[in-house]
Amino acid sequence: MSELLQFLVSGITVGAIYAAIALGFTLIYNASGVVNFAQGEFVVIGGMTAAALIGAGVPVWIAAPLAVIAGMLVGVLLYRLAIKPAREAPLVSLIIITIGASIFLRGAMQAVFDKQIHRYDGFSGDAPLRVGGATILPQSLWIVGGSIAVFAFLAWFLNRTRAGRGIKATASNRMAAALVGINTGRAMNLSFALSAAIGALAGVLATPVTFTSYDVGVLMALKGFSATMLGGVGSPLGALAGGLLIGLIEALTAGYISSDYKDASAFIVILLVLFLRPQGLFGARITERV
Amino acid sequence: MAGQGTTTAPQESGREMQARTEPARRRVIGPGLRTFLIFAVLVGLGALIFPSSYFYRVGTLVWINTLAVTGIVVLLGYVGLVSLGHAGFFAIGAYATAILPNYGIPSPLAMLAGVALAGLLALAVGRPILKLSGYYLAIATLGLGMLIWMVLSKEAWLTGGPDGMVVSGMNARNLFKMVGLKLKSAEAWYWVAGFAAAIGAAIAVNLAGSPSGRALRAIHDSDVAARSLGVDVAKAKSRAFVISALYAAVAGALLALANGYITPETGGFMHSVEMVTMAVLGGASSVFGALVGALILTALPQVLTVFADYEHMVLGGIMVLTMIAMRRGLVPFIVDLWNRRKS
Amino acid sequence: MSLDIDGIGIAFGGIKAVDDVSFTARPGEVTSIIGPNGAGKTTLFNLVSGVYRASAGRVRIDGQDVTGLPGHALARRGMARTFQNLQVFPQMSALDNVMTGCHMQEKSNLLADLLGLASAHRETARSRDAAMAALQRAGLAELAHRPASEMSYGQLKRLEIARALVTGCTILLLDEPAAGCNAVETREVDDLIHAIAAEGKTVVLIEHDMRMVMRISSHIVVLDQGRKIAEGGPEEIRNNPHVIAAYLGAHGAAEAEAAAHV
Ligand SMILES: Nc1ncnc2c1ncn2[C@@H]1O[C@H](COP(=O)(O)OP(=O)(O)OP(=O)(O)O)[C@@H](O)[C@H]1O
Ligand SMILES: [Mg+2]
Repeated sequence: MSELLQFLVSGITVGAIYAAIALGFTLIYNASGVVNFAQGEFVVIGGMTAAALIGAGVPVWIAAPLAVIAGMLVGVLLYRLAIKPAREAPLVSLIIITIGASIFLRGAMQAVFDKQIHRYDGFSGDAPLRVGGATILPQSLWIVGGSIAVFAFLAWFLNRTRAGRGIKATASNRMAAALVGINTGRAMNLSFALSAAIGALAGVLATPVTFTSYDVGVLMALKGFSATMLGGVGSPLGALAGGLLIGLIEALTAGYISSDYKDASAFIVILLVLFLRPQGLFGARITERV
Repeated sequence: MAGQGTTTAPQESGREMQARTEPARRRVIGPGLRTFLIFAVLVGLGALIFPSSYFYRVGTLVWINTLAVTGIVVLLGYVGLVSLGHAGFFAIGAYATAILPNYGIPSPLAMLAGVALAGLLALAVGRPILKLSGYYLAIATLGLGMLIWMVLSKEAWLTGGPDGMVVSGMNARNLFKMVGLKLKSAEAWYWVAGFAAAIGAAIAVNLAGSPSGRALRAIHDSDVAARSLGVDVAKAKSRAFVISALYAAVAGALLALANGYITPETGGFMHSVEMVTMAVLGGASSVFGALVGALILTALPQVLTVFADYEHMVLGGIMVLTMIAMRRGLVPFIVDLWNRRKS
Repeated sequence: MSLDIDGIGIAFGGIKAVDDVSFTARPGEVTSIIGPNGAGKTTLFNLVSGVYRASAGRVRIDGQDVTGLPGHALARRGMARTFQNLQVFPQMSALDNVMTGCHMQEKSNLLADLLGLASAHRETARSRDAAMAALQRAGLAELAHRPASEMSYGQLKRLEIARALVTGCTILLLDEPAAGCNAVETREVDDLIHAIAAEGKTVVLIEHDMRMVMRISSHIVVLDQGRKIAEGGPEEIRNNPHVIAAYLGAHGAAEAEAAAHV
């Protein structure tokens, strides 16, 4: 029983990370229709930058925001240099571009930092809390809290602010949005910046628990994308739920089946979702126009 | 004056394209055979100028990669489907060739078994996966590749785990010995790989100009229209997927034998990306693109150390830049330039 | 073969784009679908040709229920179509575009195609001849080797007709075939459609050019906001007050009238 509880706790912790990545995917997808395969790299940028700064003696409360800002800058650069010049390109080209960007960033990370595995201390120490037979790292609470905060922020931002509504309008119809005077270019910049910041934040929060290294981005992207698909592409609530579910499935697989194959569970979930319910749990079914 | 010429001249894009659209006339040699001969000449040219075994080894890699990338050309260039997991099929071919001889199965049979296994797997997962399009397909193939890679690195009892395994068995030298030719091992593998690449290219070119190939290229441009013309899109895509998996598996089997050693990284994500990069760099629409992409990305790392140090950045940069600056790849780009110069 | 549409419908996010539409298109006749923009004409074609899955209703070909069959299966039962927003293969030449339409007649198998066997070449040669003939008929023979990406809108419209014709279809759905054509080309398309129907094919036509519609249709179905508001011969439709109110307007009616007296 306490074993199960322990698996659930760790499942929710990693699930919250996947949820944050999925929210980043969702934001960019909603604004531009692009699925950004480089999303996982932002997580690495956040984690590695924070680790380097903290390693150099910078206090966490300065290092963490700096790492998020670094991620955000890279996000904007990614949009400006790689996505924007290929706006009208066919889908296949966009896929190759974001994959290429992801590989490029991975290499850049290796060049700027190193090939080591990094971690730093949890924000509130690493002394585990005991709750009903399970132990919880205080950092887990930071992670879960962070994801919920991101979700709440996005819900508020997209529905309640002018800039956020601009993103939504751009997503549903770029031309019409431009016609009614919405600056669609700014909306795109903003969505890449925000989405990258969210990814970097996930990395900053997660690194004390999951560790990070230059090459984990693809796996992170795959997990985040599984979460997105499970929840339903385009739905923020779906991203949150999907992330938590993937995390739980993974933790239970690791606990009860084989820790070697915990990463496989995300993939198997994707396949099942795609075959059984392609629109995901919360996604609307759409009919492609012809 | 030259400017006037360009505006009126009909644009022809690429030799193959021309072959496809040429009016009916009796040809002494078909496009497939012609491609085979061109490749054969190139293989021979390599052998003429190579000064040492080292060059032969690199040359062998070029041809093996060309073969694998030709499979990507069929899938990506003809049908427009992105697979990020093809290294998985490559590795299945390679590992079967490595593992089965340890259980008393001769190398040629092991190779066949590996290729068949890859084909069957592609067939089994292809149908459901290929119902997906665009992003979903890319993600699903990425996951599939990861799964294969995971099995290869975790099941150490069978595969040697992350350290890889030694491949024992056949040596191509013996093939040539049978016909009385004495070659060094590196040379022998070079000829075998070159021959395989030439056959592979000829087959892909045959396909392009055939009824099945037209259906595939139609799907590339509009699957709705293709379906309205009676093309069973799911079946056609699944066939292309299987064909391209077979290419990868044969290439993998050859690599295992020629190298004598393999690691799970042959099935890793980066290897899948490398194959796609070769295809898009050279030009995914033709087998000559596959050759040029494979040549550049195999040979350059041998001469330029930046390649080794900054492999990821170079590969990623090439993917992004090619897609932005010359979407169809080097070969069509150069052919277009050439045609424009001429007219 | 006759095409029976019976109570067909679909909704997108609560909006009924096509709602309970029924009609019959007969062989040797041109049945036209008209109606204002957004009336659901193209959506109706997408339902009939298996691009969308209908949420209600039946489609029958010669009395045989074909509802819900995938597009390629419908094509094998003799249905072909063109697309309002053009679905050509831009990377191919005009000839290759049309040759693709021969897919169902081509009998070579995959192995023969891969190995470049004589049978594959023979099939290709046959398709090429058939495609050339269809291009000729659509008035595009000189452009056979031009890449489709370099052809004009009106030419591409006719290219789609040629491509649909070579499938050997018995039912042909044409979505605004004369859009983007000048007066001369429109007249050519007009004659072509007429000839196709005269061969005994069942032609269903969506068109905004009222002169053309009135000239060549035997039967007209009028849609408005997804529903059928009228049906009948050209004469009847031209004088139907509902149709004039919903679609034709005074100008359209005059134009239709003029067409009747050409
Ligand atoms: N795939 C789809 N998803 C959502 N709405 C759709 C889809 N296809 C069509 N619609 C909607 O259905 C309605 C009918 O559109 P349709 O294209 O059938 O009109 P139409 O009669 O062909 O118009 P036009 O004369 O302009 O071609 C429109 O409101 C359109 O926006
Ligand atoms: Mg329409």
